[in-house]
Amino acid sequence: MPRTPFAAAALASMLLVTGGNVAGQDADDPLTVYSGRSESLVGPVIDAFTEASGVPVEVKYADTAELAAILLEEGDRSPADVFFAQDAGALGAVADAGLLAELSAANLARVPAGFNDPDGQWVGVSGRARTVAYTTTEALELPDSILDFTDPAWSGRIGWAPANGSFQSFVTALRVLEGEDVARAWLEGILANDPVDYPANTAAVEGVAAGEVDVAFVNHYYLLRLIAEHGEDYPVAQRFFSDGDVGSLVNVAGVGVLRSSDQPEAASAFVEYLLSEDAQRYFSDSTYEFPLLEGVEADPRLPLVESIEAPDVDLSALADLQGTVELLREVGAID
Amino acid sequence: MSTSIANLSVGRRIAGRARPPWPLLLLAALVTLATLIPLVYLALRAFDGGLDALAPLFRARTLELVISTLALGLAVVVGSVSLGLPLAWLTMRTDLPARRAWSVLAIAPLAVPSYLLAFAFVGAFAPRGWMTATLESLGWTQVPSVYGFAGAVLVLSLATMPYVVIATRAALARLDPATEEAARSLGDGPWQAVRIAVVPVLMPAVGAGALLACLYAIADFGAVSILRYDTLATAIYSQYRFSFDRSGAASLAILLLGLALLLVWAEGRVRRRAALATPHGRRRVSRTVPLGHWRWPALAFVGLVVLLALGVPVLTIGQWLAGGTVETRALTESLEALRNSLLIAAGAAVLAVILATPMAWLVARYPGPGASLVERLLYATYAIPGISLALAFVTFTLNAAPLLYQTIFALVLAITLRYLVQAAGALRGPMLQLSPRTVEAARSLGEGTLGVLRSVTLPLLRPGLVAGGMLVMLSALKELPLTLLLAPPGTSTLVTELWDAAREAFYAQAAVPAAVLLAVSFASVALLIRRGEVEA
Repeated sequence: MPRTPFAAAALASMLLVTGGNVAGQDADDPLTVYSGRSESLVGPVIDAFTEASGVPVEVKYADTAELAAILLEEGDRSPADVFFAQDAGALGAVADAGLLAELSAANLARVPAGFNDPDGQWVGVSGRARTVAYTTTEALELPDSILDFTDPAWSGRIGWAPANGSFQSFVTALRVLEGEDVARAWLEGILANDPVDYPANTAAVEGVAAGEVDVAFVNHYYLLRLIAEHGEDYPVAQRFFSDGDVGSLVNVAGVGVLRSSDQPEAASAFVEYLLSEDAQRYFSDSTYEFPLLEGVEADPRLPLVESIEAPDVDLSALADLQGTVELLREVGAID
Repeated sequence: MSTSIANLSVGRRIAGRARPPWPLLLLAALVTLATLIPLVYLALRAFDGGLDALAPLFRARTLELVISTLALGLAVVVGSVSLGLPLAWLTMRTDLPARRAWSVLAIAPLAVPSYLLAFAFVGAFAPRGWMTATLESLGWTQVPSVYGFAGAVLVLSLATMPYVVIATRAALARLDPATEEAARSLGDGPWQAVRIAVVPVLMPAVGAGALLACLYAIADFGAVSILRYDTLATAIYSQYRFSFDRSGAASLAILLLGLALLLVWAEGRVRRRAALATPHGRRRVSRTVPLGHWRWPALAFVGLVVLLALGVPVLTIGQWLAGGTVETRALTESLEALRNSLLIAAGAAVLAVILATPMAWLVARYPGPGASLVERLLYATYAIPGISLALAFVTFTLNAAPLLYQTIFALVLAITLRYLVQAAGALRGPMLQLSPRTVEAARSLGEGTLGVLRSVTLPLLRPGLVAGGMLVMLSALKELPLTLLLAPPGTSTLVTELWDAAREAFYAQAAVPAAVLLAVSFASVALLIRRGEVEA
């Protein structure tokens, strides 16, 4: 039979594959984090937690929604202790299934109200704002509301990334705050101005720099990254709106502790660390997000997160992205 | 010709009467049970949701998605065959310059993840892409859109074309020139001879390759979502992503499976008509066809396909590297990721070959409803979108073998099951060739079981084993959803590193694992072809 040599080879390779891992598993019983935020962004801060606390951490990095699906599938048998999510919607879905434990009052109180769960099951860690990036090569008169970009004067001058997730959360907020009709009319008005489609936020900001468009609807941190890369004379600036304009929606990445965690103290310490001054400063300096801890300043080029006067919206209610995608499709913003 | 077909079919019928040996049946039964895991999971999940889970099935949009999915699948069949079939023939049977190098380049794109290819295409051919700018400066102002149906078909045809190339090359290698010559000596013209002697042998192979391409396309999420073409697979992902609705996703996945099985059945009909023409016995090497003045157009065709399938992603990676600084952290992490990728891919390849051998033997030697059911289940596992398959294994492992949950064992096993059909398919041809009479002849010459194995069975199966192992290895190297969701926490591979950096637009960081991935794939294909393990 052909099986013998193959079986030997297979056994050998399986042993090789598992070599270091089986033994390592029981060693220190590390804290298990499911992170929907990418390793490129949060890897350093997680390493810093281990260094500060001595608690080893194993991270599973994947898409936030897919991790939420896995958590729902695992139920109370999840090996995860902590869920670090890119957006509040996924945390809301996991909390609704009764899988998250209530966080300590101290951890909840570290961020301004509105950036944590009213039921205390998750807390925001860092914020990202919608903004309008604009060219500095000519003097522009920017409107006071994102809603005013439907003015025909902006025809051919707008760049956007309608397939992008953050843009879609913004449209969802627009639907929630102003109603379906306003959202539809706004999208149709922008489309009437022949906006330039970009595949991603970065490309849209680069489009402004290249003079292809005058303004672009993006998240705030892309411009700061591009300035870091290209230098201070990068010909783009950005505008935040005030008076609770939906154009400055602030969304958060947040964290929750699994009810089934067998090390709730370490998990709580992890949450506390993410909201510590060190970690918050990291987010501010390295990912250019808004720190949520009071006393830690955002990048000097950014306004205070409180001063943005972001619209008053329950972030975990922004879950109906499906409806947004359908709306975008109906008006022809995406194929 | 007709006598040889008759003999062969008589031989198969005689063998078919005997019952398969029980260890074979047992192993096949275990594999079959494993392929049922995702089906049972999807059924339970859909059932769980009650009537609500059926809601997505009755949206008008769902019918559109069924049509768009089928259209994509069929167009990719046409696309991958019209690219892969000529490539296989030109690189194997003609005096194309640098044939061997082109052989490697025609197969290596298999390890380019389709989402990377799609991403590179958007970067190149979208409005303001670097290729578009170049083409426009050359005076072509109406560069067609890369988004939508046409773009998805082009990218997925390029990504899956190696399946057709590999299957066709294996069949070409088995083709006995004597049959073709016999047909011609009996007075048939060259085209008639090809129709009688070549088409029946190539058809099943091309069909099998095209089926893999087609099922890959309809289960793909990464490329179609980047190219903004909606299929059932994107709708399934939307159910998870936007509604966190696992039941609705399951019922859509069952619908997708139904389509996949329909396509498998259709391919089986085509194949059955041509199934018995496999030649056997000693072969001579076929002569090389001189291309004459077709040489340059042929070279241009091969060059263009390779440029699109491999050149565009390689140039994109080059641009990424040039456009930013690579942190040293990315380099050391890529080294560990490389080790993990290689171990997982090698483990899956070896395991797939072991599990596929009895499956392929069963299907080849004991054809019947049982064997076709087993084969179709393998195809079904292949056609389930990654996230649904991953969730099925999550639930199964947690319930049946919690100790294995999120271990490398379970990950390798899941990847193996997903791609098992590729290994089984590669063994199908060689298995048919391994006639019981050849084995009996060797026995009658005094060879023992091991001797037969060494001198007859293994040499005949070897091309299939190697091709199957290579297919699974390259597929495992680029596997993303199963790896992300089933790997032990803290385990990264080349594709997870690539994905992690690219989704944050840290392209210089993404370039390192992407380049290593392509290099590994290229080197392994080149090595196998150079050593003659894959026919060149």
